[in-house]
Amino acid sequence: MATVAYPSPERQNYLNQEYGIKSWLLTTDHKRIALLYLLSITFFFFIGGFFALLIRLELLTPAGDLVQADTYNKLFTMHGLVMVFFFLIPVVPAVLGNFLVPIMIGTKDLAFPRINLLSWYLYIAAGALMMHCMLTGGVDTGWTFYAPFSTAFTNTKIVEAGLAAFIAGFSSIFTGLNFIVTIHRMRAPGMTWTRMPLFIWAHYATSIIQVLGTPVIAITIVLVAAERLLHLGIFDPKLGGDPLLFQHLFWFYSHPAVYIMILPSMGVVSEIIPCFARKRIFGYTFVALSSVAIAVFGFLVWAHHMFVAGMSVYAALIFSMLSYLVAVPSAIKVFNWTATLYKGSISYTTPMLYAFGFLGLFTMGGLTGLFLAALGIDVHVTDTYFVVAHFHYIMVGGVLMGYLGGMHFWWPKISGRMYPEGWGRLAALIVFIGFNLTFFPQFILGYMGMPRRYWQYPPEFQVLNVLSTAGSTVLAVGYLLPMVYFLWSMRYGKIAEDNPWAAAGLEWMTTSPPPTYNFEETPVVDFEAYDYENIKAKEAPVAR
Amino acid sequence: MHDSPITAEHNPALRHHFSDMAQQKNAASLGMWLFLVTEIMFFGGMFCAYLIYRLAFFNDFSAASRSLDIRLGATNTAVLIGSSLTVVLAVNAAQSGNRKRLVTYLLATIFLGCVFLGIKAVEYKQKFDEHHVPGPTFDFEGEKGAAEERPVVQGHAQLFFVLYFLMTGMHAIHMIIGVGLFSVLTLLAWKGHYTSSYYTPIENSGLYWHFVDIIWIYLFPLLYLINRHH
Repeated sequence: MATVAYPSPERQNYLNQEYGIKSWLLTTDHKRIALLYLLSITFFFFIGGFFALLIRLELLTPAGDLVQADTYNKLFTMHGLVMVFFFLIPVVPAVLGNFLVPIMIGTKDLAFPRINLLSWYLYIAAGALMMHCMLTGGVDTGWTFYAPFSTAFTNTKIVEAGLAAFIAGFSSIFTGLNFIVTIHRMRAPGMTWTRMPLFIWAHYATSIIQVLGTPVIAITIVLVAAERLLHLGIFDPKLGGDPLLFQHLFWFYSHPAVYIMILPSMGVVSEIIPCFARKRIFGYTFVALSSVAIAVFGFLVWAHHMFVAGMSVYAALIFSMLSYLVAVPSAIKVFNWTATLYKGSISYTTPMLYAFGFLGLFTMGGLTGLFLAALGIDVHVTDTYFVVAHFHYIMVGGVLMGYLGGMHFWWPKISGRMYPEGWGRLAALIVFIGFNLTFFPQFILGYMGMPRRYWQYPPEFQVLNVLSTAGSTVLAVGYLLPMVYFLWSMRYGKIAEDNPWAAAGLEWMTTSPPPTYNFEETPVVDFEAYDYENIKAKEAPVAR
Repeated sequence: MHDSPITAEHNPALRHHFSDMAQQKNAASLGMWLFLVTEIMFFGGMFCAYLIYRLAFFNDFSAASRSLDIRLGATNTAVLIGSSLTVVLAVNAAQSGNRKRLVTYLLATIFLGCVFLGIKAVEYKQKFDEHHVPGPTFDFEGEKGAAEERPVVQGHAQLFFVLYFLMTGMHAIHMIIGVGLFSVLTLLAWKGHYTSSYYTPIENSGLYWHFVDIIWIYLFPLLYLINRHH
């Protein structure tokens, strides 16, 4: 065991333990796999972002002048597919979760390191297939693949894109399975369930959804492919099939998938806020169990995507009520985070700015979700930009804010270097402004009746669309900045201390970056989570 | 690694990131159970589609169901339950470290699995000959002389066969994977890879086999035994 050869002139860590391309591509170290994910997910983020910018450019003018209608359909479809399956679902669990889950519970690796590597290769295979699909014609159904358009009418690459999503799904299942087993079986001595960081609780809840939900989308894709290739009638009313069945099966996964995206980011925020408010989190048990509650309720609300699809009114009523219920655990989290801030000694570091961004944007996204859960209002705004704005407030405002906050918070641990704090704050500000400029106008557009997925619109909507397009450019700058200074800091950043934030948690008790097996000695946990009363704060928590 | 050098040297099957064999075994078995949960959800989508269409088109589904060969189906059920027994005996043999018995029971399981697949192939062949395979040549008249309440709708009967072939086909794919799995395990068991202190792969593959068995236990009545008393 090489880690025992310490202390040496240069400290051994997981980055300098071994060199060469083979040591990366065949690694079973969860930290290295996290970095593999980081690279590939960032790549897909910019692909998806590229489609988004093209969409916004087309919508700069009311006429359909930049691309043709068919191309526009493909643009928003590929934007959705790439962002959902290749960015939002894996981003926090596969990068930050992979890196942190074993360290936070004090173990050497995930329970199944080789399956962990396999899940990255599945992700890459799925990504390669999706890229091939994009380059050879793409898909135009929207990411939702609604039957019977996808099964009987469109001439685009449904089966190929479906197969890519199918494979990516298995990557996601394996990650979730690995996390559940690791959290159950591999916790360090003394790391009881109520001492676990809330990040772990959030990932536990996420993993439950991944394991229970993803297989259902897998079989749905199989059914769509079978129907499309052989025309069997499963979703074809002419032969007795029911297109609504497709929607039910699809949303049974795809609604909980939203919680796969947002829960890990909530976990990140639960780590950042206590650290920079220097207080134990308010209502630990409630925040922890609300994650599980979201995972459970999240499975019972899927049909609120189908209020206008021709369901029975009574079913709609029940799904509407259940959708309101899921707001309760979300609100519990927001109130507890806010209560944690109360009388805390707050420092406005970059991660904290992102956490504040998350709080505001997630709250707006969540509250507009209640509008959509209300049957009457939903009929008015279904398939308008109101819906688009709502879910972008959750997925971009929520998930991405949490992800970027987490990346800044743990960057010293991941890379061993500090990022430039001034640039960090600037980027956080730009992202926040750019985001609101992009998506707030869309609420108004949607409420005024502008439908989604059209490449032309009446001239009276232009002002708001121009604002939105301008915002998306600002947002793009905000996303490029961190990438640039993260890369810069890997060479020129200040060497990070083991615990630069004076934060609680096992990941801060090992070196930065950690050794290959995370700890020199398996830690014994005899303290509660977020024990900030007993941790002395840095005099100047933010070093410029 | 102060916590585990003794056990690490003790058993070569212990992987570096576990502190002892018990932890490793518990982790592997929990992982297998979770995997089976995902499998249940996977099949669940098809069961859900089946139940909805069966409720909607009961008349056509029961007519189509009666065209299945119940004797072959029942034989296969017995064969599969028998193979579950041999798997249990194999796990038991592994626990007691009896290599010869282990290999024998694994081979018996593989044999029974192949018998099942063979019978299934015969059934598929029959359906193919009768034009009951969904597609352009599909043609289902309903049973001759059977007193249906209503005439059979071709499309609805085809839905039954779509689901029949999807569900039994997906089940058969799992069987083939299982047979492949056991073939590898037999080879490794023959080489003395498993001892009474390390037989997790045998146990987990056994769990998988039982799962495949249980799926069939549900498929048989759902597909073969609708409204047989006609």
